[in-house]
Amino acid sequence: MKIKNFIITFVSAIALLLSTTTISLAKVVGDKIILGAAVSLTGKYSTNGEHTKNGYNFAVDRINSMGGIKVGGKTYKFDIIYYDDESNSGRAAQLAERLIKQDGVQYMLGPYSSGLTKAIAPVTEENKIPMVEANGASRSLFTKGYKYLFAVLSAANQYLEVAIDLAVEKNGGKPIKIAMAFEQDAFSQDVRIGVVDAAKRTGSKITIDDKLPKELNDMAATLAKVKATKPDVLVVSGHSKGALTAIRQIAEMKVDVKMLAMTHCDASKLAKQHGKNSEYALCAAQWHKTLSYKDKFFGDGIKYDKEFKAEFGYAPPYQAAESSAALLVWKDAFERANSLDKDKVRDALSKTDMQTFYGNIKFSPAGQNIAKPMVLFQVRCEGDKCENKVVAPTKWAAAELVHPIPKWSDR
Amino acid sequence: MPPLIGGIFFMDLLIFQAPILMVQASLDGILLGILFALIAYGMALQWGVMNIINIAQGELVIMGGYIAYFMYMTGIHPGFGIIVSPIIMFFVGWGLYKLVINKVVDRDLFISILATFGISILTQQLMNFIFGSDVVVAQSNFGTTMLFDGMVTLPNAKIFAAIVSIVFAIGLVAYMRKSKLGRAIRATAQNARAAKILGVDTEKVYAATFGINAALCGVAGSLIAITFTLHPYVGLPYTVRSFMIVIVAGLGNLPGVALSGMGLGVFEEFADYILGTEFRIGSVFMLLVFILVYRRFKLSRKREYLK
Repeated sequence: MKIKNFIITFVSAIALLLSTTTISLAKVVGDKIILGAAVSLTGKYSTNGEHTKNGYNFAVDRINSMGGIKVGGKTYKFDIIYYDDESNSGRAAQLAERLIKQDGVQYMLGPYSSGLTKAIAPVTEENKIPMVEANGASRSLFTKGYKYLFAVLSAANQYLEVAIDLAVEKNGGKPIKIAMAFEQDAFSQDVRIGVVDAAKRTGSKITIDDKLPKELNDMAATLAKVKATKPDVLVVSGHSKGALTAIRQIAEMKVDVKMLAMTHCDASKLAKQHGKNSEYALCAAQWHKTLSYKDKFFGDGIKYDKEFKAEFGYAPPYQAAESSAALLVWKDAFERANSLDKDKVRDALSKTDMQTFYGNIKFSPAGQNIAKPMVLFQVRCEGDKCENKVVAPTKWAAAELVHPIPKWSDR
Repeated sequence: MPPLIGGIFFMDLLIFQAPILMVQASLDGILLGILFALIAYGMALQWGVMNIINIAQGELVIMGGYIAYFMYMTGIHPGFGIIVSPIIMFFVGWGLYKLVINKVVDRDLFISILATFGISILTQQLMNFIFGSDVVVAQSNFGTTMLFDGMVTLPNAKIFAAIVSIVFAIGLVAYMRKSKLGRAIRATAQNARAAKILGVDTEKVYAATFGINAALCGVAGSLIAITFTLHPYVGLPYTVRSFMIVIVAGLGNLPGVALSGMGLGVFEEFADYILGTEFRIGSVFMLLVFILVYRRFKLSRKREYLK
């Protein structure tokens, strides 16, 4: 009897709980359109999670203060429910579930990093909730046939293709020798695929193809091989740790290559941390403030940079810029759909074709942004002050590419 | 040609075509190994004395590194970290002992592993909270030593790290032999109960041992700040590596720790050239398995003989 009573109480408690949560189910509260986001505010991605959140908030405030979103003759404002995913993919998936099932969120924003986006995408997909994400670049996000995922940034395999093309161009169109060192994680391996494709396309030869273990702090062996084989281009990608380790050891071992192409130079504050040793490193980035894209909310990159700095006290990295762009995409889609119905908004999202301060945005059927090229910048120093200067695409180049890199003995 | 076979074939050729790479690999491995051996020294010491496997070893190293980094940020040369860091870390270790470790010291190994695992998570989050989750480096500007016409390069920071490690290791051995506390530590390691009966304050000995271990980690950490990179979450590889070095050397075998540290370092570098970078860490673990199986085999033969 006791057990039966207990079960009845238990079941009714759950029923009660469920009924209250269905009451709180709401995608729009008053004049507010509620978006949901799980962002890393603690754990190993907390720095970039913070950039993501600041980027989202900056755009929300801007859109709200400039007239909000007009849907069906009524004006709405954006509001975001945040949860901290602790930089943990399991937690991120749980929180996405919670945002959708308990908080009734019908429109999602992405988390920080490819790994966490990969954890959340199956949840939003299953519940048919559209998600505009700004920080998941992994190629595998766009090969699974997701219908509700839209990424404003370029995919990881596009990061360094441009660099290989540039090196071939500088070599008079002739094939080159490439040495590569990539960390063994999803993102870096995607970057590697792009480089391998570019090598095939240009007929270039890959002489070293090292896969760096995640635990590795030391690239000395790879660099000794590079020194011995003298390739034209050295490509390194392994997040901030890889970028900082590579520059430190290239300088220590005096490795001379004609071109050094990397990722994560800005995330690791390479120019600041390594100063002159990082000079001439060529870096792929999603965005740079000097690009001349425009929109009516933020003006252009320079203006965005200035106003973001005034609000948050630091210069916006591209993680913040692309996060802000995600909100512009949402606003545009709501107004074109002229409806709050999530499926109509999803269809409007898929037809997005717009320019933002961050770049042009147009989605492929897989949800990948195909309208925005990657930019390459080179670290350049004047005295002891080192800065990132855009060198490609040439349309936006603020400085001429230095190629080949001067030898260590001449520096 | 499949990439794996191609890779092996090519790298094989490279290291034999350019034998100078063998010199580079050996020197790199030895320098790397000496630094790891210093961390393993601390682990061997407290493992031997207190029978505790310290999972938070790597976090203590990183914490020591952040102390040197903090000095670097305030304009002091990070090289001085090797003096400041061990002093601070000694008290951190002492405090940790008084707070947590003394409650698990005579319990079974599993409890101590859990406790130190907890400490490791806590310190990671704490360092993340204080220093942020960015990867950071401290610049020593020590320059580079070139050998064989620039074919072999040795970063002076790594040479500095190796020399400092050796000095501290020798200092530790001398201290253990000559000082009163050193004798007390050795006595406690041999038989804690007997030492207690003979008037050794084992509680104090344990606290000092854990403090010395943390101090050694502090030295190693400040060397890592100028040779590698720092990040709140990169402690684990240092724990695992020092654990391996101690396993290979055997407990209570301090010269063995130095040798096994260097041996594993050189083995790892050669594995990188011959098998490829992706097999580097895996091959070290394979070697560990091989050594453990071999040891067991040898022991069982001995046991049979005794029967």
